[in-house]
Amino acid sequence: MKAAVIVFPGSNCDRDLAVALEKSSGKAPIMLWHRETEVPQDLDLIAVPGGFSYGDYLRSGAMAAHSPVMREVKRMAEKGVRVLGVCNGFQILTEAGLLPGALMRNRDLKFICRDVHLKVENTDTAFTGPYTKGQVVRFPVAHHDGNFFADDELLKRIEGNGQVAFRYAAADGTVSDATNINGSRNNIAGIVNEKGTVLGMMPHPERLIEPKLGGADGKPMFDALVEALS
Amino acid sequence: MSKITPEIVAQHGLTADEYKLVLDIMGREPNLTELGIFSVMWSEHCSYKSSKKWLKTLPTKAPWVICGPGENAGVIDIGENLAAIFKMESHNHPSFIEPYQGAATGVGGILRDVFTMGARPVANLNALRFGSPDHAKTRHLVSGVVSGIGGYGNCVGVPTVGGEVNFHSSYNGNILVNAMTVGVAQQDKIFYSAAAGIGNPVVYVGSKTGRDGIHGATMASAEFNADSEEKRPTVQVGDPFTEKLLIEACMELMATDAIVAIQDMGAAGLTSSSFEMASKGGMGVELELDKVPMRETGMTPYELMLSESQERMLMVLVPGKEDMARAIFEKWELDFAVIGTLTDTGRMVLKWHGEVVGDLPIDPLAAASPEYDRPWVPTPKAPEVQPSDVTELAWNEALARLIASPDLASRRWIWEQYDHMVMGDTVGRPGGDASVVRLHKSNRGLAVTTDCTPRYVKADPVEGGKQAVAETWRNITAVGGRPLAITDNMNFGNPEKPEIMGQFVGSCQGIGEACIALDYPVVSGNVSLYNETAGQAILPTPAIGGVGLVDDLDKTASIPFKAEGQVLVLFGQGDRQGWLGQSLYLREIAGREEGAPPPVDLALERKVGDFVRGVITAGDTDTVHDLADGGLLVAVAEMAMSSGIGAALTVDFGGPLHAALFGEDQARYVVAVDAAKADAVLAQAAAAGVPALKIGVTGGNTLSVNGGVAVPVKALRDANEAWLPEYMSHGG
Repeated sequence: MKAAVIVFPGSNCDRDLAVALEKSSGKAPIMLWHRETEVPQDLDLIAVPGGFSYGDYLRSGAMAAHSPVMREVKRMAEKGVRVLGVCNGFQILTEAGLLPGALMRNRDLKFICRDVHLKVENTDTAFTGPYTKGQVVRFPVAHHDGNFFADDELLKRIEGNGQVAFRYAAADGTVSDATNINGSRNNIAGIVNEKGTVLGMMPHPERLIEPKLGGADGKPMFDALVEALS
Repeated sequence: MSKITPEIVAQHGLTADEYKLVLDIMGREPNLTELGIFSVMWSEHCSYKSSKKWLKTLPTKAPWVICGPGENAGVIDIGENLAAIFKMESHNHPSFIEPYQGAATGVGGILRDVFTMGARPVANLNALRFGSPDHAKTRHLVSGVVSGIGGYGNCVGVPTVGGEVNFHSSYNGNILVNAMTVGVAQQDKIFYSAAAGIGNPVVYVGSKTGRDGIHGATMASAEFNADSEEKRPTVQVGDPFTEKLLIEACMELMATDAIVAIQDMGAAGLTSSSFEMASKGGMGVELELDKVPMRETGMTPYELMLSESQERMLMVLVPGKEDMARAIFEKWELDFAVIGTLTDTGRMVLKWHGEVVGDLPIDPLAAASPEYDRPWVPTPKAPEVQPSDVTELAWNEALARLIASPDLASRRWIWEQYDHMVMGDTVGRPGGDASVVRLHKSNRGLAVTTDCTPRYVKADPVEGGKQAVAETWRNITAVGGRPLAITDNMNFGNPEKPEIMGQFVGSCQGIGEACIALDYPVVSGNVSLYNETAGQAILPTPAIGGVGLVDDLDKTASIPFKAEGQVLVLFGQGDRQGWLGQSLYLREIAGREEGAPPPVDLALERKVGDFVRGVITAGDTDTVHDLADGGLLVAVAEMAMSSGIGAALTVDFGGPLHAALFGEDQARYVVAVDAAKADAVLAQAAAAGVPALKIGVTGGNTLSVNGGVAVPVKALRDANEAWLPEYMSHGG
């Protein structure tokens, strides 16, 4: 698998994603600077990392979505190259129009950093294949703007197409308002595009990839990507 | 040019005697820019004039110390060609006036102190002291400080992994915000601040200079009064995004051989950075102030020299490397300007569009700043409190109240607002005795903690000073770490009052004794004096930040019980029956804040700690908690609450039960071991002369003492978790 991690000024999970990808593939991904106007054409996966691109001073992800490298990311995504956006990366992908919806300020207005339980909804993608439908996984979140919004019509379409990948849940898989950590519509924590080739999610699978860090539920996602794309 | 009147001198915080010294050094009347420079260089904050005499007495050496106090941060050898670089620094006054920006820029400043030396920051911690929860401002200050720390740390992408919080009415008008950063560098890539090389370019990088923070250092060197809030314009404004770019740009440049010397612009901005670099290197400097990148129009040399705008660094480069360095900073979209050159004159010459606007000798201002031997009186010894004189409440009621009290309630509400996992190496998360951060791509880690028990220090500065050091040592030990060195952040009241100065002197003595006994030197620190509002001083608070090394991350310990049926062993108790003086039990249950604090037996501390660490590294336990605030029962309750597993205790120290359960005797740990291993561990303890007592067994979902009442662990946890979120959600 040939993977690349985009680096924007203010990205701060770029190294973490690179570590996770290397741990599964044995190969360090290419780090792509935001000003690149050409990217290797044989990439299998592009990862858009978490952090505070451009300080998130305008609106989370809004400026990064218009950086030079994103034109290439969009072009590659249209060709079917897999794109994974985590946290700020998810925000950037929605701002860039690669994923529907928007991420607003958390319902209680505070930054939240902790492990959360997620119910896996869609397992028909290269990202979520190793999990079973309805399985509960534990990933950490660390965000201020993770409140997923879509209007009623869009929400219906996302749900109807099976684009929801993960929902905030309890340890036993119950999905309720009490398990909705940030006010996201329908407890949505991550979604894919209609083709299932682009995944955006607020939780960080790359942060729990070995027991020493408190869990390894994120590891299968990277292992599966390597297997599917090699 | 304006004439310098006594009023102008006083406004600059200089005494008449100090101004006389200024005239002697200058040989003429200074102009306003020059006076401003003297003012900030000789402020308490920058010159340590009241504290220097006593700081010099602290032990600062050990074979593993690479660089002790005097540089931007302390440096220790952690093996495999790596160095840990760390420091703690206060941002108290600004945080009281403008909590969000005050706390945020406190984090930014301490980060720069560490990465300016070549270290990538890997962990942030913070030691916070707020006023009484029922004081009208406290909630607002907690909220602002926590969001400020989070807002800055989360954005720069350095995990905030630990810290401590106390509430006490003495901080009502003067909160304490002490921020600590720990970084890791290659030992052969450590950067220092001594300027060298006549003719070498002096380079400014980072943010542009604005008018923020002018006279911040002077503000931090005076008592507060009712109109202090008018000083809001002296609080700096932080930009964590720029800081993140500055970290990456500096790291990139540091990988080359272009830097001769580098220093961040902290308190007193361009003035202190340029003077310190020149003074350490024995050089002169010529600065062209009109070349400084400016954020505002119409700025004057005075403002440029005194601004405390954030996210700026000053460097001396190898000649010829300017273009390469400029390209790196331009890539990161940061300002880069050659603003001067090094000279051999020993003088600081300031030019403004070619005209000399300031000309001062460097050494007399920097190295030879005034030093005071302030009068001091020792703190009178407080009487011991006898347990039999202290109200005895049923243990379950006392425990329920204690764990829901402001000083013991869960801090989850705070640390869940901090990204404590970014960088992917947080092995021991917040809430433990010490937090553990893995050294990247290795199986070793740094154990880090901050501690101080200000009520002990108030009652007995010497014992309190010892205790603060010993508690960090114990916390590092409790996770299996080898404690290596400390940074001290000395927060005290007005040093011109002999009793306050006595607290400072006593604390230094206690800290020094503990450092020697534990082989645990001071490698960096910061002093914050004049923490008083309207004559009311804070509790003396020498906050200690400790750093240790975990050699094998497969041999560590944490607080939560891991299994049922394990035997609980209390190490370090000896013949003592429980010390209630200055305990939280005495304060929260009996309503008394008095007595002598628990004495610290440093030899026992070391013996017990070394033994417990051995039990961990031998793989005989992974469950350890040190005993501190609230004593034995609170410690066991914390082990139960964090795991959901209960325990049945059998406790009899020969004295009253409340003293045994809630006494705050030092040098103690609770350890859980498999039943099959318990006897062997107890035998090893006996052979080593370490006091060890079986005090119970883990299991079930309740906590009980000597049979009788059993308290559900869940009820304890709910009460422990509820206090802070409920408090913060009220009013406001």
